[in-house]
Amino acid sequence: MDRKLALGICFIFGVIMFAQYFSQHPMARAVNQAVLEYWQIIFAFTLLVGVASFMKSSFRKMRKPSDRPYQILGLLGLISMPVLALVWGIKAGTPFMWMFENVQAPMQATVFSLLAFFVASASFRGFRARSLQAAILLGAASIILLSRSSLGGIVSDYLPPVAEWIRNNPSMAARRAILIGIGLGSLTTSLRVILGIERTWLGGSQR
Amino acid sequence: MVGQFILAAAGEPGWFDIDKLPVFIISLVSIAIVLYTTFHRKSREKYQVREIAGLKAVEEAIGRATEMARPVLFTPGWGGDIQRPTTIASMNFLSHVAEKTALYDSRLVYPTHDPVIMTVAQEVIKESYARAGFPDRYRDDDVSYVTSSQFGYAAAVDGLISRQKPASIFLLGTFEAESLILAETGNSVGAIQIAGTDSTIQLSFFIVACDYTLIGEELFAASGYLSNDKSILASVRAQDILKVLIILYLIVAVVWSTIAAMNGGTTDGWWSF
Repeated sequence: MDRKLALGICFIFGVIMFAQYFSQHPMARAVNQAVLEYWQIIFAFTLLVGVASFMKSSFRKMRKPSDRPYQILGLLGLISMPVLALVWGIKAGTPFMWMFENVQAPMQATVFSLLAFFVASASFRGFRARSLQAAILLGAASIILLSRSSLGGIVSDYLPPVAEWIRNNPSMAARRAILIGIGLGSLTTSLRVILGIERTWLGGSQR
Repeated sequence: MVGQFILAAAGEPGWFDIDKLPVFIISLVSIAIVLYTTFHRKSREKYQVREIAGLKAVEEAIGRATEMARPVLFTPGWGGDIQRPTTIASMNFLSHVAEKTALYDSRLVYPTHDPVIMTVAQEVIKESYARAGFPDRYRDDDVSYVTSSQFGYAAAVDGLISRQKPASIFLLGTFEAESLILAETGNSVGAIQIAGTDSTIQLSFFIVACDYTLIGEELFAASGYLSNDKSILASVRAQDILKVLIILYLIVAVVWSTIAAMNGGTTDGWWSF
C-alpha cells in the first residue's frame, strides 16, 4: 500500500510538472513555484536525518583510536557553527562569520586548489602516445594548450585558428553526440520513474 | 479551455505556450516510442546489448576487493539529488554491486552529500543483501551522509579513500569539480576505478584518471545490462530508435539547409526551433 501511494504521488506530480512546462498561464507558474518551494521545505527536514546519521556514524567510528581525532573534529564543526549562529547571529563581524571566512572558506579553497596538481598528474598519465588514438589526443591537447598560452601566437599564426577549429568541430561534435545520448537516457529514465516501471528510488528491488 | 489555448497564440498567457509546440510534439513522439517498446510484448522479446568493458569489469573489481580484504567504495558525486536521472541510474548499478559484495562478503562503503540519497541507498543496499541471502552482512554505518558542502564532501571521501584504501571505487552519478580530486586520490591508493557521469566536462577527467568510464548513455544502459531487466532493456531500445530518428533529422536538415544556402536562401528554416 505504501509503495502504491508513493508511485501514485510520483505519477501525478510527474504529469503535472511535465504539463506545466508547456504553459505560461499564471496558475501553471504558481504550481511550479509551489512545488519548488515545498521541495526546499522537505529538503530542510531531510537534513535533520543527515545530521543524525552523521552523528551516529561518528560516535561509532570513534571507537577506533586512529579515526578518533577526525570524528571529534567533525562533530565539533557540526555543533559549533549552529551554536555560534544561534547565540550571536550570522551578520558580518559575528563569530559565525569569522569562522566561515577564516576557517570554512580557506579549507574549501585548499581542497579546490588540489585540483591544479591533480590536473597536472592526470594529464601526465593521459597524454602518453601509446597508441594512435593517444597520439592524436596528445597532439590535439598540445595545440590547444599552446594556443591558450601567450606562446600560441609567437610559435605560429596558424596555431590559434587550428585550435579553434579543433574546439568547434571534432571536439564539439563528440561532445554533442555524448549529450544526445545522455539526454535520451535521462528522458527514458524519467519516463520509467513517472510510469512506475522504475522503482529503485523507493528503496529495494526493481522488480 | 479551448479559448485559453487560442489566447496563447494571440500572445496572452494561456494554458498552452504555442512557442513550445515543436518540443511538445517531440516529447509526445518520444513518450509513445518508450511506451511501445516497454509494453509491446513482441518488441520485448530479444535484446542484444553490446559489450561494455566497464560493466564486464564490475565482477573483477569486487572480486579483487575480496581477495585483498579491502572495502569497495561507491559514491554518487556531489552534483545530483535523488530526482536526477543519473542518480536513479546509479542506484540500479548500486543494487547490483551490493548484491555482489554481499555474496563475496566484501565491505561496501557509500558516502554521500544528500540525506535523501543516503536513505534510498540504505534501502537499496539492505534489499540487495537480503536478495543475496546475507541480510546480516549489511552494515548501517557504511552508508553515511558526510556533508552538503562540495569540497567538504570531496575532503571527506578523500579521507575515507586514504585511510581505508578501498580496492575498488565506483564513481557513478553526477559529479562536478570534485571528480578529478576523487579519481586521482583513488588512483594514488591503487584502486581499480569504474566511473560514469552525465557531465561531459567531468567525463574527460574520468577517462584520464579511471580504469573504466561509462560514456553518455552507457550509464543508463548499465542497469539493464547488469540486471537483464526487460523493462530497462526496452527503454534502451527506445533510446536507439530515438537516436536513429535524430540522425535522420540531422541528415535531412543538413541537406535542406545546404540546398537553401546554395540557392541564395537563409540557413534558417523549419529545422531550427
